[in-house]
Amino acid sequence: MQTGTWKVKVGLAQMLKGGVIMDVVTPEHAKIAEAAGACAVMALERVPADIRKAGGVARMSDPTVIEAIMKAVSIPVMAKCRIGHFVEAQVLQALGIDYIDESEVLTPADEAHHVWKHDFKVPFVCGCRNLGEALRRIGEGAAMIRTKGEAGTGDIVEAVRHMRAVQDEIRKLVKMPENELMAEAKELQAPFELVAEIHKTGKLPVVNFAAGGVATPADAALMMQLGADGVFVGSGIFKSSNPAVRAKAIVQATTHYQDAKIIARVSKNLGEAMPGMSVKQIPPEELLAGRGW
Amino acid sequence: MKIGVLALQGAFAEHIELLKKLKVDAVPVRLPRQLEGLDGLIIPGGESTTITKLMANYNLAHKINELAREGFPIFGTCAGMIVIASGVANGKITPIGVMAIKVKRNAFGRQVDSFETELSIPVLGKKPFPGVFIRAPLIESVGRGVEVLAKLADGTIVAARQGKLLVCAFHPELTDDLRFHRYFLDIISGKR
Repeated sequence: MQTGTWKVKVGLAQMLKGGVIMDVVTPEHAKIAEAAGACAVMALERVPADIRKAGGVARMSDPTVIEAIMKAVSIPVMAKCRIGHFVEAQVLQALGIDYIDESEVLTPADEAHHVWKHDFKVPFVCGCRNLGEALRRIGEGAAMIRTKGEAGTGDIVEAVRHMRAVQDEIRKLVKMPENELMAEAKELQAPFELVAEIHKTGKLPVVNFAAGGVATPADAALMMQLGADGVFVGSGIFKSSNPAVRAKAIVQATTHYQDAKIIARVSKNLGEAMPGMSVKQIPPEELLAGRGW
Repeated sequence: MKIGVLALQGAFAEHIELLKKLKVDAVPVRLPRQLEGLDGLIIPGGESTTITKLMANYNLAHKINELAREGFPIFGTCAGMIVIASGVANGKITPIGVMAIKVKRNAFGRQVDSFETELSIPVLGKKPFPGVFIRAPLIESVGRGVEVLAKLADGTIVAARQGKLLVCAFHPELTDDLRFHRYFLDIISGKR
C-alpha cells in the first residue's frame, strides 16, 4: 500500500474536474459553499479582494481558521502557502489539508525558487500565465495547474489571456515537427520531457483549472468553453450580495457550460456581483500575476 | 452498444476515453433526455455531495432511480458508488438508494491517506488489479443479493455487484487496465 504517489496526487485533481472550488474565510462560508455544490473549498483568512485592500505582507492563514473549516465540511479543503515558503507548506501538510495552493495571492517568500513539491505527500496546485510556467511548476511537482488571472478583481480578462496562451502553445507544440521541440523547450523555458510529452498527447499531463477574476455564471462557462477543466472562484462569491444563490448558479453554469439556455436561467436574479476593478486601472507593481516565474 | 457517462462533475472524460478503447460508443449525460437509447450508465468519481446536488435538478436523480429499478445496468466508481447506495453512514448526502449496500465516505482519511494497492478480484482473473483509492469510500455492509467482488487485505469490502448494478470504491478509469469496464459490458450483454 503506497500513499502520496503521483497517481493519487493527480487523481484527486481529476476528481475535482467539472467543478467549482470556492474561497471561504469562515466555517459558515464553507457550509454555504458545500450546500451550493462546491467540489472543494479554499480555506483563507481573507479573500483576495480584501488581501488587496489590506496591503502589507499576506501570509499563510492561521491554522485555527483552517482547522475550523476542515471540521465544517466533508469535501476536500485546500489552503495557500506563499511562493517558495516550504515551511508553510510543511505546516499545511501537518494539518492534513487536502491540496496546497502555492499562490501569488500571498506575498512571495522566495524570488528565485518555488517549493520543491516532489518532497511532499500532499499534492500542490500552482498558477501559470502560459505553458512554460505551467510546465516549470509541473517539473517541480505540481499535480494540478490553474491560470493565474488577476485575483480579487472580478475582471475575467487576465484569466482568458492566460488560458488562451496555454491552449495556443499546446496546439503549436502538437503541430511542430519533432526535430524542433528542443528549440521550443528552450524558448518556453520548460523541461524538454514535458514538452515532448505534450507534442505526443496534445494535452497537459495534469488538470488545469481557471482562476483569477471569475464573478458570474457566464464567466465560469466562458473559461470552461476555453478549455478549463474547472474553475476557482475567489472573491466572486462571498463579495457578492447573495453568495448562496450565486454559488449555486456558478456550479450549474460550470456543469452545463455548453447549454446557453441553462446559463441564462441560472443567471437571473442573482443580486449584485462583486464590485470589481478593471485590471487596466491597477498600477503594474500591484498586479499579483507577475509574482513567481 | 452505447454507454452513457454521467457528466455533472468529476472524472467522466476518463471513463469515456476508456470505453472508446473498448470500441464502445460513449456519451456524456447531463440531462434526463440524454439517457434515452443507452444500454448502461457509468456514474464516475468526483465529489458525491456535488454530484447528488446536481442530480436533484431537472428530475435526473428520479429518472435514474426509475431506470435502475427496471433493471438498467449502472456502474458506479467511488463517488458513483455512494450515489447509488441505499445508505451513507456519514455526510449530508441523499443517495438515489437503488443498491443494497451501506457505504462510508472518506473512509480511509484525508488526501494524504489516499493510496495505491494491488487487489485480488477473482471475477477478473488471477492477475492483480491496480487499485487507486482517492479519499475513497468503503462498503460497510451488503444486503441480500449482493455479491462481494473484492476486499482489501484487512477484509474491507471495496467492490460489489447486485444484478446489473456494479460498484467499486477505487478508480479503474485512472489505470490502463480495461478488465473492470469489460466486466461491466459483459454484465450488460448478459455474458456474466
